[in-house]
Amino acid sequence: MTTLLALFWRDLKRAWGSGALWLPVLFFLLVATAFPFAVGPDAPLLRRAGGGMVWVAALLAALLPIDRLVRPDRDAGVLDQLAVRGIADEVIAAVKILGHAIAFGLPLMIALFPAAALLAQDAARVEVLATGIAIAIPALASLAVLSAALTAGLKGGSAIGGLLVLPLAVPLLIFGAGMLDPSGRGAMKLLAATSLLLTMIGPFAAGAAMRGLRE
Amino acid sequence: MSELLRLDGVACIRGDRLLFENLSLALAPGDALWLRGPNGAGKSSLIRLAAGLLHAAAGTVERRGRCALIDEASALDAELPLRRALDFWARVDTVDGHAVDRAMTAMAMAPLSEVPVAMLSTGQRKRAAMVRVIASGASIWLLDEPANGMDDAAQGRLMAAIAAHRTNGGAVLLASHFALGIADLAELDMGALA
Repeated sequence: MTTLLALFWRDLKRAWGSGALWLPVLFFLLVATAFPFAVGPDAPLLRRAGGGMVWVAALLAALLPIDRLVRPDRDAGVLDQLAVRGIADEVIAAVKILGHAIAFGLPLMIALFPAAALLAQDAARVEVLATGIAIAIPALASLAVLSAALTAGLKGGSAIGGLLVLPLAVPLLIFGAGMLDPSGRGAMKLLAATSLLLTMIGPFAAGAAMRGLRE
Repeated sequence: MSELLRLDGVACIRGDRLLFENLSLALAPGDALWLRGPNGAGKSSLIRLAAGLLHAAAGTVERRGRCALIDEASALDAELPLRRALDFWARVDTVDGHAVDRAMTAMAMAPLSEVPVAMLSTGQRKRAAMVRVIASGASIWLLDEPANGMDDAAQGRLMAAIAAHRTNGGAVLLASHFALGIADLAELDMGALA
């Protein structure tokens, strides 16, 4: 347990110490700022399209730091040292997913409010957006760690990493943005189910990929 | 089994090249074995096999007790002061700070506690990795070229640490392309196996 806590704190400190706290959040806010300039200051249009834009921005923001999730640990020999100590790759992946979910998810939730304001979302829609993104954050973190593990052995892997997991993230986008539709009652449950599934797959798939890095 | 580490009829394939096959060795408490041989003979692969990082193509690897490994990567966070980077591994190994203190003293690294790992020289980084190995309290030491970049004084400290570990009932598997001058040392010439 001490071991896992140490791993978790290290991931969190490295994420927040390397400026990774601000990068996805800045990107997220940048998209929210740029969007009204692109479509014009038409409030009803912004309100209708803005919610979906928030979802796209959140998904891309989650994939932004995949370059530093697994590869530095692999290059520095940290993954080898953990494997020598008999810690299962799946456990390491699970800790990394939890670390990324908190390191990236917390600031994202905070940035959601100014972003929603920039996109003319009213209080009711902000509430729905915040609920949906909070549900999706574990799945987004899981996908980010999975693609980081899959591409850690490749040169220029981060570009491929995004392509790899985007198809898997499409259900999150559909159900998440679907929650904003007044007729989308069941969307939240489907989003939660998708999020749960992706979060559960993540540690095993990423763990297998990390094991493959050693061979 | 009374041995800490036993390899039985082990074969190793890297890429599509057979590095060695039918290799057996056993290390009992107090034993040390020097893997010698030219570059590419499979010394590092054998160390990684023993550590469980590679799968043997044939044969079995058994370990009794924990392993500590040194390889070419130091696995210390470059941006942290040395002591904090080592403290992370102490927490992973669930050993207390005194173990790290003693290991730092043994490798004469105490004056460098506050220096960021990124600023350390090659030899100092090897000494830092050795501090992690000593502090870990593991009974099986797997050392891949531990003396690379070390000056004479540091090599002397390394020898002393290895001797102390053997006296305490530990075992050492050491890969090095040059002789380190350790007393009572078994040898395995990897070059002769190829």
